[in-house]
Amino acid sequence: MAHTQPTGVAGVQARAAPRRRRFSQRAIVAWLFMLPILVLFALVVIGPSIAAVFYSFTDWSGIGKAEWVGLANYQKLFFQDLSFRKAFSNNIIWMIIFLIIPVTLALFAAGVLAPVRRGGMMFRAALFIPYLLPTVIVAQIWRNLLSPTQGIGALLANWGIAGFDRAFLGLSQTALYAIAFVNNWQWWGFLMVLFLAAMQNIPRELYDAARIDGASRLDEFRYVTLPGIMPTLVFMLLMTAIWSFLIFDYVWILTQGGPAGSSEVLGTLVYKNAFNRFEAGYASAIGLTMSALAGLMIVIFIMLRRRGWEI
Amino acid sequence: MATTPAIRPRPPLRLGLTTNYLILIVLTMFALAPIVVMGFNSLKSNAEVGRNPLGPPAAIQWNNYPRAWEQGEFGKTTRNSAILVASTVIGVLALGGMAAYSLARLNLPGGGMVMLLLLVISTLPIQLFLVPLFFLWKNLGLINNLAGLTLIYTATNAPFAIFLLRSYMVQLPADFEDAARVDGANEWQVFSKVVLPLSWPGFLTVGLVVGLGVWNEFLLATVFISNPDLFPVATSYYRFTSRFSRDWSLTSAAAVMMIAPILILFLALQRRFIDGLTQGGLKG
Repeated sequence: MAHTQPTGVAGVQARAAPRRRRFSQRAIVAWLFMLPILVLFALVVIGPSIAAVFYSFTDWSGIGKAEWVGLANYQKLFFQDLSFRKAFSNNIIWMIIFLIIPVTLALFAAGVLAPVRRGGMMFRAALFIPYLLPTVIVAQIWRNLLSPTQGIGALLANWGIAGFDRAFLGLSQTALYAIAFVNNWQWWGFLMVLFLAAMQNIPRELYDAARIDGASRLDEFRYVTLPGIMPTLVFMLLMTAIWSFLIFDYVWILTQGGPAGSSEVLGTLVYKNAFNRFEAGYASAIGLTMSALAGLMIVIFIMLRRRGWEI
Repeated sequence: MATTPAIRPRPPLRLGLTTNYLILIVLTMFALAPIVVMGFNSLKSNAEVGRNPLGPPAAIQWNNYPRAWEQGEFGKTTRNSAILVASTVIGVLALGGMAAYSLARLNLPGGGMVMLLLLVISTLPIQLFLVPLFFLWKNLGLINNLAGLTLIYTATNAPFAIFLLRSYMVQLPADFEDAARVDGANEWQVFSKVVLPLSWPGFLTVGLVVGLGVWNEFLLATVFISNPDLFPVATSYYRFTSRFSRDWSLTSAAAVMMIAPILILFLALQRRFIDGLTQGGLKG
């Protein structure tokens, strides 16, 4: 026994040695294929992300030396900066709007489109088109259509339906909702296509079985369709919650956060602090807070799942 | 009367589909009418837009287009956008394709960690690294530099490309590669001569999605390009609309020119676009 063991090990080693060399050669080749993109990630994403954590504790204009100020930026952010509070609550409002309206509309449309055979592909493509358009164009289209003097509101007023000929994007009570409406117009068709794909993966037999059991259309939706698309639905709700803290384009293009900061969101606040006010350290702190809020959504999602929610 | 009870549930279903079509037509109008109105306005004189801002044009003004092309400096901005799109697509396909090959076929040691890293990178918001990246790029002389912006676009688009290409390459039969290796091809030759030609549909999908994203991109282009000579179409159009905010016919014609290439490509390659974007959309 004591005799055979060493030879056994030696034998394995003897056989393994050339294989390991071949393996390491292959490993080097594999890493060489991976390396270029990793270098780029380090330069563009990873390095600056780590730097952002550091700069968020400093007073830094972007040029010259950053001065360490500890938690001062965060203190200012959470306890003094009223525009942060406004932006944060706007992001929350945005999230609530987008968790409900586009999802409901997309579910409804996908449910209507799913049983349609003839022309189904055509409708799917048509409803998807807004998603392809650049933000600047969508913004321009709706800036025109929402114009109180020449847009839809003016037309309705001509027809005797008053109340819509208002500058929705220019009033502080409505600006945020008008921006959300415009963004939603572009977004919901994409969601619809995702839901539709999930619905079409549900086996036909389940619907047949439900029909035999005398289920109504509503029952079918509740007991067959909804469980079938649940993974897609939950994933998109999670992504919506994350993205709601990161919005920038539509707000910036349509109102730049105005009028009077009424549609300010965290994204525009980062931009203004970094590039208009040269408070790069403070902007980094806001950027980091945004990212943390987005990350918090993932944590909540995981916790709900651990709690046994079937999502 | 002779119909069997089994067919009886049918009529309400067909009646239901009529409603479905009606609802779909209304929804399609909601999605497309705003675009059509913009098309109408691009063909009206500005005075006619004032009288009739929503209906079809009475007298078609084709010369809005050359005027918008000229005033919006589309010659220059289209060239800049084309450079950005082409170089980013090439960069993403080359570097992303290599990385995907490494993960799918070369048993990259630590590949699981790399996948996790890719997942993290693809969920990190741009605003997190935007500010330090801007000042880093400034120090490196990469601000107001199309190559500098291309590097950023390549990095932000690569994770999606790697995921998609990897899943495509994993499905390919390994026989061709093994045959090439037996014939003495090295891994680079296997990649460029065997895997690349075999996985072109995956590369085409990624190219379309990335190209569309770059053509439409706004935030990074605004931050990293402030020299008007280097503006891509999107940021240039943004400036254009604030300069000519009263001239709807001109801004509409410019908008049509900006979205025409997208719509033509989409109509030609509909399914590929939708499949690619619904997989890539998870990245946002």
